[in-house]
Amino acid sequence: MAEPKTKYDRQLRIWGEQGQSALEKASVCLLNCGPTGSETLKNLVLGGIGSITVIDGSKVEVGDLGNNFMLDESCVGESKAKSVCAFLQELNDAVKAKFIEEYPEALIEMNPPFFSQFTLVVATQLGEEKMIKLDRICREANVMLIFARSYGLTGFVRISVKEHTVVESKPDHFLDDLRLNNPWPELRKFAETFDLNVPDPVAHKHTPYVVILIKMSEEWTNSHGGSLPSTREEKREFKELLKSKMVAIDEDNYKEAIEASFKVFAPPGIKLALSKVLQSADSSFFPFSIAIGSDLQQIINDSSVELSSTSSDFWVMVAALKEFIATEGGGEAPLEGSIPDMTSSTERYVNLQKIYQAKAEADCLAIEQRVRNNLKKLGREPESISKATIKSFCRNARKLKVCRYRLLEDEFSNPSVPDIQKYLTDEDYSVAMGFYILLRAVDRFAANYNNYPGEFDGPMDEDISRLKTTAVSVLNDLGCNGSTLTEDLINEMCRFGAAELHAVAAFIGGVASQEVIKVVFLS
Amino acid sequence: MADTAPSRSRDLDKLLLRAGNLVGPTFEPGTELRDDLQEYARILVVGAGGLGCELLKDLALSGFKNLEVIDMDRIEVSNLNRQFLFRMEDVGKPKAEVAAKRVMERVSGVNIVPHFCRIEDKDISFYNDFNIIVLGLDSIEARSYINAVACSFLEYETDDKPQEETIKPMVDGGTEGFKGHARVIIPGVTPCFECTIWLFPPQVKFPLCTLAETPRTAAHCIEYAHLIKWDEVHSGKSFDPDDPEHMQWVYSEAVKRAELFGIPGVTYSLTQGVVKNIIPAIASTNAIISAACALETLKIASGCSKTLSNYLTYNGVAGLHIKVTEFVKDKDCLVCGPGVLIELDTSVTLEKFINLLEEHPKLQLAKASVTYRGKNLYMQAPPVLEEMTRSNLSIPLYDLMDKVAKDILHVTGVTGQSDKKTSCLRKLRVVFRGVDGVTDMDMAGGA
Repeated sequence: MAEPKTKYDRQLRIWGEQGQSALEKASVCLLNCGPTGSETLKNLVLGGIGSITVIDGSKVEVGDLGNNFMLDESCVGESKAKSVCAFLQELNDAVKAKFIEEYPEALIEMNPPFFSQFTLVVATQLGEEKMIKLDRICREANVMLIFARSYGLTGFVRISVKEHTVVESKPDHFLDDLRLNNPWPELRKFAETFDLNVPDPVAHKHTPYVVILIKMSEEWTNSHGGSLPSTREEKREFKELLKSKMVAIDEDNYKEAIEASFKVFAPPGIKLALSKVLQSADSSFFPFSIAIGSDLQQIINDSSVELSSTSSDFWVMVAALKEFIATEGGGEAPLEGSIPDMTSSTERYVNLQKIYQAKAEADCLAIEQRVRNNLKKLGREPESISKATIKSFCRNARKLKVCRYRLLEDEFSNPSVPDIQKYLTDEDYSVAMGFYILLRAVDRFAANYNNYPGEFDGPMDEDISRLKTTAVSVLNDLGCNGSTLTEDLINEMCRFGAAELHAVAAFIGGVASQEVIKVVFLS
Repeated sequence: MADTAPSRSRDLDKLLLRAGNLVGPTFEPGTELRDDLQEYARILVVGAGGLGCELLKDLALSGFKNLEVIDMDRIEVSNLNRQFLFRMEDVGKPKAEVAAKRVMERVSGVNIVPHFCRIEDKDISFYNDFNIIVLGLDSIEARSYINAVACSFLEYETDDKPQEETIKPMVDGGTEGFKGHARVIIPGVTPCFECTIWLFPPQVKFPLCTLAETPRTAAHCIEYAHLIKWDEVHSGKSFDPDDPEHMQWVYSEAVKRAELFGIPGVTYSLTQGVVKNIIPAIASTNAIISAACALETLKIASGCSKTLSNYLTYNGVAGLHIKVTEFVKDKDCLVCGPGVLIELDTSVTLEKFINLLEEHPKLQLAKASVTYRGKNLYMQAPPVLEEMTRSNLSIPLYDLMDKVAKDILHVTGVTGQSDKKTSCLRKLRVVFRGVDGVTDMDMAGGA
């Protein structure tokens, strides 16, 4: 056996040992192992998921060989679940792989408790009625569920998880936590040891920009009745002020200060510490899920922060965080503790780094004590949340995210009509929304006529007109009376004839596996 | 149901045999289209790594039967978390060969020819044999090279109208962690790789004085050991990133330096990452991007649906965001434009011409090898070819080009400043002064 560390090196660089260990503990159940399901599992098996259980009741047909890489000629007539499982096992012997030759529909109807043994269920190519039933089963058993469907050139992936809390969201753009306009005493004292007008040019060009901005921001507020630069004109003035302090044109530290000056302009406190980018990143295209989102203010005011015997570790920590912000934190979340690289002498940079780290550690310790207290109050083992977990929580406190997903049946019975109507007429989204309606319509079609529109060869006119009627009835049931879909789109859906194309399945399966990894990390 | 014979292309047939309203302009559905794709479409996959493995599988299951793959690398253990065609016992073998063999074993009827070599090792004409080139690469230089090769085939009818039959479409994919891109490049129609080179920002390099005098981060300490200390201690011996002993030496030197300056964070893993510029990679993202590329390849080849126009980004870092952007062509692009126009007297020798290229303000192309219509006029390497073509140097280019008044020439060579030389390929429109039928302002290329 080669060292797993080397084998997994390229992914450990993303999610670390902690993420890998969560992956290796997860047990995943796959329903239907056509190409969509097979490709989803392939990506998970390669990454080292703990165990997989493949469930499919069908036998391999010649047609399956044309869209599923896990099957070859020797499999024809054999159980599809068995054949796919054997190939997947070949990819990674560290994964426990087993199969059950059974139709998922039968398990959903006859044996709901079966699903409670898994961390997560990936349900592929399932009709709407069974999806709704499975959704309810998994929600009650607190099992995460991901649906994936490939249909011609379209398809979907959807997540159904009661609550999805993200600690390490690693957003691309996030404001550094530097407290430039609100330094704590040690940081202020450190800044005071510098003189920006120091005559020595070497010392002048090696003053870290953090120090420059702390001092200049203080100078500004002192001369502006305590307020920060806020108008465009004031911000420009502030930058001019920084520029005027330069003594040579090659002073990179001052250039960095001017570039980073926007970090001074954000008022202190958690409310506005969030970048706009992340907030907009959270609004989903469709009214599928309810996200209470990444606004920390919103999270600490969520009702889950009132702890009870069923509170998860996440909410125990959020409760501690809330107390911290109201007390020691003085309105701020715990300090993140890391600083970006900046032009500086080594010694000054290292000292600055130590000041930030010390404060972050102190903040973390304060939160840790509150977490231990909360656990004690709940009658739980005070050490049951590890120090490492609390540390990671503190480091990411400003980036916490909470997502809650509606049940499918909620979405169908209580849809957001204005949103649907908006997207149906929107230039950019009308096709996507059209397919959303049609993907539901084809299941209703199949329930009525026992086959999918265009599934069999021959003239399609009848299927096209039936699908049109069915789509209208779906729209009416959603409360979107009067809305229509284009002929071209309905035609296209019939042309697809429920085909499961390999490239589409690989795409959908790829997305599904990426989402599995993301939700597994948080369980 | 009973009248349908079992067929491998059960699902694909729906797409290829049926008419539709949301299809490409050239779509002619029918069994002939399906059979032509199998028989005549020739696709080259560049790279047999994370994307390449997926691409070969996806294309083999998308109706293509004639595939070739080119890759110079051998299989490493760290490939196995995503390059699913490789097993532990394959470590050390050429990627292209193993990947081709595995896919042929599983998908009957498909033929994949592997090429275990550098992309520059092949003649330009090799690339002209394919209908579509699909790129699964992780380097900007390699993309740039293939792009230049594909664009070099392009000829124009007039300044802004490319000749249909000279267009060599490319589909390019790339990933990093949870993010990736897929794009369609139709030279002369959509922007080529070079038109939008700004999309790939250059790698961050630390100033040497920071490394030597004011290190602040773990990466600074590692690069000091790698770029400065190594040469000081090992005079003349070059550093080999694939030699574990070399890597270990850099690591321990970096640790020493970090301790000296009180800088935290130097680990062996980080050392490897910084020195080899490792890009994190996972199976799922490669699968997504490759599938998108394979689907575009099928759409270009068959017209079964409208192609991506023209650049898709996928970001799964926070939530999931897919965006399609329609970038525009750079009219003055040296690579996909009609080619730099060079006017010459009929007496100019090949040697003089090669010297001119180095001084040309737009080209600055050194060590040029010159090809005319597939014929090597002068080759810098390998030595055998150099010797064979050396005698041409003293012959006027006009004579070497069969005394045509104007035509297209291909030159390969190196460009760039001293610190970053890259090999490149350029298409040139050569016009000879004073030859019948050519006025000075006639810019049209092509013969």
